Amino acid sequence: MRYLPTSDAIRERMLADLGLDSIDELFSHIPEYCRLARPLDIPTGRSEAEILQFFRAAAADNAPGFTSFLGAGAYYHFRPSHLDNLIGRGEWFTAYTPYQPEISQGTLQSIFEFQTMICQLTGQEVANAGMYDGSTALDEACMMAARVTGRDGLVVARSVHPQYREVLATLTQHRNFPIEEVGYQPDGRLDLAALRAAVTPRTAAVAVQSPNFFGSLEDWEEAATIAHAQGALLVAVIAEPVSLGLLPPPAAADIVAMELQGFGIPVGFGGPYAGILATREKFVRSMPGRLVGEARDSQGRRGFVLTLSTREQHIRREKATSNICTNQALCALMASIFMATYGRQGLRELARQNYAKAAYAAGACAAAGLEVLFPAPRFHEFVVKPRRPVAALRAACTQEKIIPGFAVQPHYPELGEAVLVCVTETVARPDIDRLVQLLAGK
Amino acid sequence: MQTPSVGTRASRHIVQNEALLFEVSSPGKRGYQLPALDVPEAQPAQTRDDIPDFPELSELEVVRHFTRLSTWNYGVDTGIYPLGSCTMKYNARINELVTRLEGLGDGHPLQSEELSRGALRIMRLLSQYLLEITGMDAITLQPAAGAQGELTGIMLVRAALHARGDARRKVLIPDSAHGTNPATAAIAGYQVENLKSNANGTVDMASLERQMTGEVAALMLTNPNTLGIFEEDIHRIADLVHERGGMLYMDGANMNALVGRSRPGDFGVDVMHLNLHKTFSTPHGGGGPGSGPVAIQRELEPYLPVPVLVERNGSPALDYDRPHSIGRVRAFYGNFGMFTRALAYIMANGSDGLKQTTEDAVLNANYIRKKLEGAFALPYPTPSMHEVVFSDSLQAPRGVHTGDIAKRLIDYGFHPYTVSFPLVVRGALMIEPTESANQAEMDEFIAAMRAIAAEAETSPELVTGAPYSTKISRLDETAAARNPVLRWRRTQAAAGF
Amino acid sequence: MAYPNDYRYTSEHEWVAPQGGQARIGITDFAQKQLGDIVFVELPAVGAELVAGQAFGTVESVKAVSEVFAPVSGKVTAVNAALAQSPELINTDPHGNAWMVAVELSDPAQAGKLMDRAAYEKFVAEEEASH
Repeated sequence: MRYLPTSDAIRERMLADLGLDSIDELFSHIPEYCRLARPLDIPTGRSEAEILQFFRAAAADNAPGFTSFLGAGAYYHFRPSHLDNLIGRGEWFTAYTPYQPEISQGTLQSIFEFQTMICQLTGQEVANAGMYDGSTALDEACMMAARVTGRDGLVVARSVHPQYREVLATLTQHRNFPIEEVGYQPDGRLDLAALRAAVTPRTAAVAVQSPNFFGSLEDWEEAATIAHAQGALLVAVIAEPVSLGLLPPPAAADIVAMELQGFGIPVGFGGPYAGILATREKFVRSMPGRLVGEARDSQGRRGFVLTLSTREQHIRREKATSNICTNQALCALMASIFMATYGRQGLRELARQNYAKAAYAAGACAAAGLEVLFPAPRFHEFVVKPRRPVAALRAACTQEKIIPGFAVQPHYPELGEAVLVCVTETVARPDIDRLVQLLAGK
Repeated sequence: MQTPSVGTRASRHIVQNEALLFEVSSPGKRGYQLPALDVPEAQPAQTRDDIPDFPELSELEVVRHFTRLSTWNYGVDTGIYPLGSCTMKYNARINELVTRLEGLGDGHPLQSEELSRGALRIMRLLSQYLLEITGMDAITLQPAAGAQGELTGIMLVRAALHARGDARRKVLIPDSAHGTNPATAAIAGYQVENLKSNANGTVDMASLERQMTGEVAALMLTNPNTLGIFEEDIHRIADLVHERGGMLYMDGANMNALVGRSRPGDFGVDVMHLNLHKTFSTPHGGGGPGSGPVAIQRELEPYLPVPVLVERNGSPALDYDRPHSIGRVRAFYGNFGMFTRALAYIMANGSDGLKQTTEDAVLNANYIRKKLEGAFALPYPTPSMHEVVFSDSLQAPRGVHTGDIAKRLIDYGFHPYTVSFPLVVRGALMIEPTESANQAEMDEFIAAMRAIAAEAETSPELVTGAPYSTKISRLDETAAARNPVLRWRRTQAAAGF
Repeated sequence: MAYPNDYRYTSEHEWVAPQGGQARIGITDFAQKQLGDIVFVELPAVGAELVAGQAFGTVESVKAVSEVFAPVSGKVTAVNAALAQSPELINTDPHGNAWMVAVELSDPAQAGKLMDRAAYEKFVAEEEASH
């Protein structure tokens, strides 16, 4: 087997060195009923060519080369070509967690930079080195709010991503945290009056997403005011980090739970992605996840090190803030390279292009007589009612290698046969025009 | 510089200094170019303020920055990476290639099933192979990492016991367990009870007899355990847990000792997680991503997270109609990019390669054990499998501890082993070479370790002051924790790096 | 470091210094040596009720965290604010300036049942020997 850096001759010598006749002796202490007496029912080792053949066939069955208007929590953006090239360096992607700082300054410094950029973008004071994804970041944020406030009530906007809400319900079910959902108004935005009614002195966290699942922009300040009036914390949920290039950041929030995928992480059929938590400095000891801090060595040289580790499972064990160990470091590195490449001007221009493309598309839909459900302002998604049922729309689009968007009815039955369309900088105008025609039944 | 006395591995190499992105940034520099906007400009009424200190660099400067930073790291590509319990094995490049194929790397999780047949086929085949390897009945690929797999598994146990009308309060965990185990049990709402190990380093049966009561939902076991020792009483353990109405959870972190040789499903495990980033070679990436599939016995199937991969008309499909499911543990289907990598690994190895891999991993660990015995104290006489745990008790009287030895190892050109874990061994040195270590390199590692043991005897301060050859040495972690500085600010001086 | 004569001690290495109906509470020199450099202390608020034997706070070093258990029952009347700024006081002056809380004792006789200095020194010697 070509990965194994040895040979039968070397194996024999090593066994002899150990005074053993065969490798079986190293397994003989395993009770007989535990031993597998036959080969695994798996084909024998394949060559690279055969492996590639299998995966190419699978890839071909998976809509390669389609123009996609899908968003809904996973977004297509141009990934700079040096990104994969850089993270492909063995010192990045074959390295371990930086527990030994002297031999991991690369990883540690890049995480420190990452934490800084996230703070700059979100308007928060500290950020951790990542959670699994946006959905679990929301769960961790709510648990953190519960710890900080000593309360257990959760109030969540219904316009938060449906899968995020499912994950929150799943991961909190045994704690019996009361979760109340607050609806949206006819304009697609959070019903603030309903929110005011739902938040009580028992509420630990109020979770609001912006841009919300429909693409509409929420008012962070208003939500924060309502939450704080009852001593609850505002958890700002962000599923599309690219939006922070243009939109006012949730500086009024107490905790930000954000999905990083839009920042250069491949859409890749759903994962791996990465989530982050960002918060105020005063809450840092309640925050889960790894944190990198600056430090000096015996000669006064600056370095970086994992710090405040006593929050984490490997020290606090059953009293830890979370059980998280492995996070999504390589994905966070992709995001760092993405943010550094686009930079201060580029993130703004990127976000503006997304905004403009979606505004154009929504306008074109309206001009074609289609019902665009919710008005501006939005970021890069909007909900539209096609002229024919979704199934028929999909079939027509597939013929032209187009994916029109996400059918929202299973999660929002009240919206009927509507489609959530996402338009990013990756889609050219002629393709947008063609989509509008298909939506209009042509 | 305090030159190591033996070894040809460590030599001098120019170490670049590289400041923080914000310190090398300069206004007006650009690293990107977007296509010209082909629709009318538009902007919302309210936009954010500019961020004065956000980086601005050219593409070349970005490349140099991240290249230089990378040279301060050590990877599996660099050399033997003997971290115990992490299974730092070779990350094959074919895995990267297949993951990025058009259609896979850019597939959207919300595409219709008709347009996702390839992805579903990959998930189905990986599931089949993992079930064959573990000997279990069903599997979910959704958990994002081992710890999330643990939580999912314990939640499945909880659901099953509730369905039996027998909700219980406690989970038993050996004192040698990884910290995620008790953290997981506590987060799942269970009271954690410690189970003592015996003098062999394995589960003390008398303690288990006493503690395995009708209040205990599950025993969370790692097998082989974190000492690298196989639980030879596993049959009695599983029987006892089952007799008393509980379930046996296995932490699959150490599967690199078992694949092709032994199957947890055959020795009584009810539920277990796998770490694709350990046993199945998906890259560690500096701390993730991982992937923690959970394999189960039939009884737990109704409770699996949604969606469940099923067969429909001869094709793989997703089933959302699961009334007893615990729900969804993360958005979408799991870390799909890890599924492609793990599947490519299994295909490249095949049944023969997987078994050979396990055997090489165990042979390597025993080789190191034999050659370091005497120089370092071995707390347990029991046979080791894929990892070996020593203690620093021979060096401690000279004031040299496991952390010091680990740091001195860096001067010899190696990444340290795992320090101070498991907690049952005072001053632990946990070494897992994996199958990805060749004999020559292991011999160099052994020579280095023996040299450091000698240094600990004759000049302990040499060891306690190490490392000397690195960019920084012995950071003041106390000061860093007392006054945490967790981000860069313009007011901070960049002096003295 | 000498253990004060008029203090009482627990097997979890806390000390209590009773003065009439009040007492100060802290952790001992042995405890701080075990923990290493202290980086953070978590203490209850004034008014909190302490129950003998139950944890009322935590002490953290870089690599470890330890719960602090109440040696006696009582109501917290004062919390040592200096520890928030200078947790290292626990390392340098564990029996004096690094007191953690002052309490109003529920039962002034309770402290007397704990180990006195001689008993605690013996206990510590046994602990050190077993390592």
